[in-house]
Amino acid sequence: MERNQMHRQVSVMRQSLFDQGYLDEQFIQLEELQDDANPNFVEEVVTLYYRDSSRLILSIDQALERNPLDFNKLDTYMHQFKGSSTSIGAKKVKAECTQFREYCKVGNGEGCMRTFQQAKKEYTILKRKLEAYFQARQSGPSETACRPRN
Amino acid sequence: MLKSKNGMKDGLLNSVKAGPPALLELSSKITALVVDDNTLNQTIHHRLLDNLGIQNQVVGNGKEAVDVHCSGKNFDLILMDMDMPVMNGIEATRKLRTMGIRSLIAGVSARSTEKEKQEFIEAGLDDYQEKPLTTTKLASILHKVKKDG
Repeated sequence: MERNQMHRQVSVMRQSLFDQGYLDEQFIQLEELQDDANPNFVEEVVTLYYRDSSRLILSIDQALERNPLDFNKLDTYMHQFKGSSTSIGAKKVKAECTQFREYCKVGNGEGCMRTFQQAKKEYTILKRKLEAYFQARQSGPSETACRPRN
Repeated sequence: MLKSKNGMKDGLLNSVKAGPPALLELSSKITALVVDDNTLNQTIHHRLLDNLGIQNQVVGNGKEAVDVHCSGKNFDLILMDMDMPVMNGIEATRKLRTMGIRSLIAGVSARSTEKEKQEFIEAGLDDYQEKPLTTTKLASILHKVKKDG
């Protein structure tokens, strides 16, 4: 019974990520690539995303401190960040990236800065939620295996 | 409501089977080259191809794609990103065609303006798909490999 409850909890956690708009269909595409030989593929990809994009975020932060702003460079960085975010289905992050690029096109520095703060916020929130989800997913089966029989 | 994940591999195989009956068998004999500078995309595309039993190699830019062909290797399918350092996908596609490479080259890019897409296609692509690459998009590319093969 407890094992089923745990599975249900993990399932509810996962569904809420979609219902609350944090993830989109692309995340499901990644899940479909998991199998017995690659049971943690999604977690590996998400880990890679957060590792690689942290460097991009730093570059964007530094670029936003320059005066005058180089909107071409900012757009290039954000194109990469948006691309990676899209690849893991990070829906809200992707939306902020799109908005940022719109501000770049019209040379709106304040808009870029404001939107980037929001993008980082969504990025961090998603990271926390995904970490919790993956932890719950991992801890379910092994906990069951450790539970002594009655 | 989003669908739950079950049997998508069967769904993909059904998609691949939707073409000529030999396509499923062919996918396990196809070789592919992934050309992308983004490690995340490299990982995903590599896994997508692996999942179909397609032997594949990954390189990080257009120059490496050209170099691997100069070393004597050949591939049935090349998944070519557009924006890459050293040599981008447009230049690499042109170079490969000039070298006489007749592999099916599918551009895979996040660029979405018609002008950028057209420039990439005119460099010598056989197909173009917008990122992110999915199993469905890959299946449609594979159908082309069969038709042209």
